[in-house]
Amino acid sequence: MNFGIVVFPGSNCDRDCYYVIKEILNQPARFIWHQETDLNGIDCVILPGGFSYGDYLRAGAIARFSPVMSEVKEFADRGGLIVGICNGFQILTEAGLLPGALGRNKGLKFICRYVSLRVERNDTPFTTEYRRGDIIRMPIAHNEGNYYIDNPDKIRNQVVLRYYGENPNGAIDDIAGIVNERGNVFGLMPHPERCSEKILGSEDGLKIFKSIVRAL
Amino acid sequence: MRTREELERISMSLEEYELARSYLGREPNDLELGMIAVMWSEHCGYKHSKKILKLFPTSGENVLQGPGENAGIIRLDEELALAMKMESHNHPSAIEPYQGAATGVGGIVRDILAMGARPVALLDSLRFGTLDNPRTRYLFSGVVSGISGYGNCIGVPTIGGELAFEKPYTENPLVNVTCLGLLKGKPKSGKAEGTGNSLILVGASTGRDGIHGATFASLELTSSSIERRPAVQAGDPFMEKLLIEAVLEALEKSDAIIGVQDMGAAGITSSSVEMANRGGVGVEIEVTKVPQREKGMTPEEIMLSESQERMLLCVERGKEEGLRPIFEKWGLNFAIIGQVIPEKMVRIKENGNIVGEIPVDILTEMVPAYDLETKIPENLNRLQTVDSIPEIEDYGDVLLRLLNSPNCSTSKWVYEQYDHMVETNTVSIGTGASIIRVKGKKFLIGVTTDGEGRYCYLDPYIGGIMIVAESARNLICIGAEPLAITDGLNFGNPEDPEVAWYFVETVKGMSECARKLNIPVVGGNVSFYNESENYTVYPTPIVGMVGKIENLETLCTPQFKDEGDVIYILGEPGNLGGTLFIEELTGEAKGKPEIDLELEVKLQRLLLKAIREKLIKSAQDISRGGLAIALAECSIWGNMGIDISIESEKSPEEVLFGEAQPVVIITTDANRERYVEEYFKEVPIRKVGRVIKDRFKISFNRNSIVDLEISLLKNKWNSGIERWMI
Repeated sequence: MNFGIVVFPGSNCDRDCYYVIKEILNQPARFIWHQETDLNGIDCVILPGGFSYGDYLRAGAIARFSPVMSEVKEFADRGGLIVGICNGFQILTEAGLLPGALGRNKGLKFICRYVSLRVERNDTPFTTEYRRGDIIRMPIAHNEGNYYIDNPDKIRNQVVLRYYGENPNGAIDDIAGIVNERGNVFGLMPHPERCSEKILGSEDGLKIFKSIVRAL
Repeated sequence: MRTREELERISMSLEEYELARSYLGREPNDLELGMIAVMWSEHCGYKHSKKILKLFPTSGENVLQGPGENAGIIRLDEELALAMKMESHNHPSAIEPYQGAATGVGGIVRDILAMGARPVALLDSLRFGTLDNPRTRYLFSGVVSGISGYGNCIGVPTIGGELAFEKPYTENPLVNVTCLGLLKGKPKSGKAEGTGNSLILVGASTGRDGIHGATFASLELTSSSIERRPAVQAGDPFMEKLLIEAVLEALEKSDAIIGVQDMGAAGITSSSVEMANRGGVGVEIEVTKVPQREKGMTPEEIMLSESQERMLLCVERGKEEGLRPIFEKWGLNFAIIGQVIPEKMVRIKENGNIVGEIPVDILTEMVPAYDLETKIPENLNRLQTVDSIPEIEDYGDVLLRLLNSPNCSTSKWVYEQYDHMVETNTVSIGTGASIIRVKGKKFLIGVTTDGEGRYCYLDPYIGGIMIVAESARNLICIGAEPLAITDGLNFGNPEDPEVAWYFVETVKGMSECARKLNIPVVGGNVSFYNESENYTVYPTPIVGMVGKIENLETLCTPQFKDEGDVIYILGEPGNLGGTLFIEELTGEAKGKPEIDLELEVKLQRLLLKAIREKLIKSAQDISRGGLAIALAECSIWGNMGIDISIESEKSPEEVLFGEAQPVVIITTDANRERYVEEYFKEVPIRKVGRVIKDRFKISFNRNSIVDLEISLLKNKWNSGIERWMI
């Protein structure tokens, strides 16, 4: 399983994802500079968190024009696995690879803390290591995580993670993570790479990476 | 000759101007005078503090770089070193809180970067007026947003800090930011060397922002200060993030970089002058080569601009083009703006014509250093006397009131707005000292910032000792051996003899304690003129301290663990002098704070050893709010209760709310009692009770004086700040 982690100017969770994949899971991984257009040999593309282009204009709005993104789209069309974490999720919605949009948090403040999540689907390549209905804890760290879509019913079956108990950002239907219809593109606001080691307080996130490894 | 008004505009006295003129041997032109004024400002020149700062102990076996560089550096092991530095951004934050605080973060991060270190953690010490004042809420929320907006974007976690709300800070909030960085190999230096080598400006373009910011920071704030808002710079964290990655990549891939220097206060002037001074050389700068974002800038504007996110590199001649692609990849300017010259001169050219020329020494070594005129404040005796202690009907109520004070309650409202987890190294925050791991290493790093202006206001020498001692104790309590200090000294106008006395005494106290505990000061910052028409800030030293924890197994945490664990108190609680209790209940800081430094040394040594031998299950020192608050915190964090009984000849308020140091609460397994008592026999130790479930029970001389639900304590502790801010 070869992971490719895209680095946009302003990405800041790229090295964190790399560490988990490389050092915790011992899987091959490489960084892909946003101007590269070669995804050869990559099995899973990760769009990491951060502030691509400083979140200027709108989170993810500029990054989607980066040269690598047209390749990422083709990669998705070919059925390749893509995970967008936090800013990566925002980029995926801006790029039209996932439905909906992410607006300002309802409290209009950046929030960094652990939240509880309910695993709604464990039949995606990203979540097979969980059981359906599992309540897990993962950290969020964002200013724009307020997921919105005109008709949430339309994507009811695409919801993978929901905020459980408290909805921190006002996301419609408590949506924290979704997949596309085909099920190979996954976007989530929480940061699984921040909770993949015991020393950091939780290993709940590691199962996402493990599920991906298992999927291939 | 210049008129007084002209000189006032650049915050220079007539005497200093005359002195500069005599050094130069001629009349300086506008550019030269502007450069001299900023380099001679308190902010850049440390002219009122230089002599006193020599009191600090600055050497130690692990010190790789003491004061004098962009940041201090200490050795962590054979391979790794840690860069650390604190800096204030008080004046800008007072008039433009968001940008003031944001650019404070940006500046300190570049100081760390200049040492060749990757910034890995930020901590913020903040002081404001009381939250019942709407302007305080505006400043507080603006500063926190500024730190959050900037720090989060650059991907450096903000893992700690501290916070206090007291009247003297109403018009002069304090914003002291500490940054830590990790580096392998030899630290970089901010020096220029080798005739003909290039000076390269990297990062953002230069505009008219922040001109004379350094001189502005060297003035008292007045009602017209708001007009100086243009002296506050605007930050672009995205640019900073690119700069971090580009500089680190350049340092990794190339050995052509001789020196790296942050460009902060006084812009190109101070960065080029400091680099020349460290290398014992001169520099020549061609201002037209500086990338500008505005048209028609004069040489003076270019040389004094404080536009953010810029750095200056000294690079071997002929190797410049090898570096260019790295900076261009990150979309940054890379402009050769000058070169090293052998004569120790700063020469400014515009289109090849010399427009200014000043010997480096005039701007550095010859900056006037003043002896401070000191005077013991007339009201000191009155301040140190507590005339009446309020009568207490219900100790539980007082405890709840203090827990609900923004000075004691959780600062969650603040730190949840900061990304404190990015980089995935954060092991623990929010309870005492913060802890980060270092990937690939067994050891962990503990870090804390502490300050208590109230103590120093009432007794600066004792206060100075207490701040350093408390910082070290906070590290000891998590099992960390203190390694080094960076400090931020925040005072009023040093030309006021009473302020000067406070400054000198505080530094003496801090130095004394640092010596006794054998912890070197590797750098810091002085901020004077924190006063306005109505208030002078408390003399407020902030200590940032780092320590090393051997491994995960010898890490200790403060929270109570298991039912039945035995609770001990080390040290002698008491003395209401200088306590939050007195300030909260009487509205005035009063009394004489107290510390037993000999006991402190002994206690810290024993405690660290006990923690490393895994003898105890929790440790928490008492500070603001006293024993009762510390016990409550351990209960809240551990979600456990206590049942303790104290026998004392002192009054219950002294024992519960006194802040005499050192006092530490430890717990241990019931079967280790005898061993623990024997272990700590050199210091006062008393067993007071046990950890229980749910309830918080204290009896004093066999009378129950507090009996509360843990959930109630939690509610009060959780809402102290939030009740004002939501």
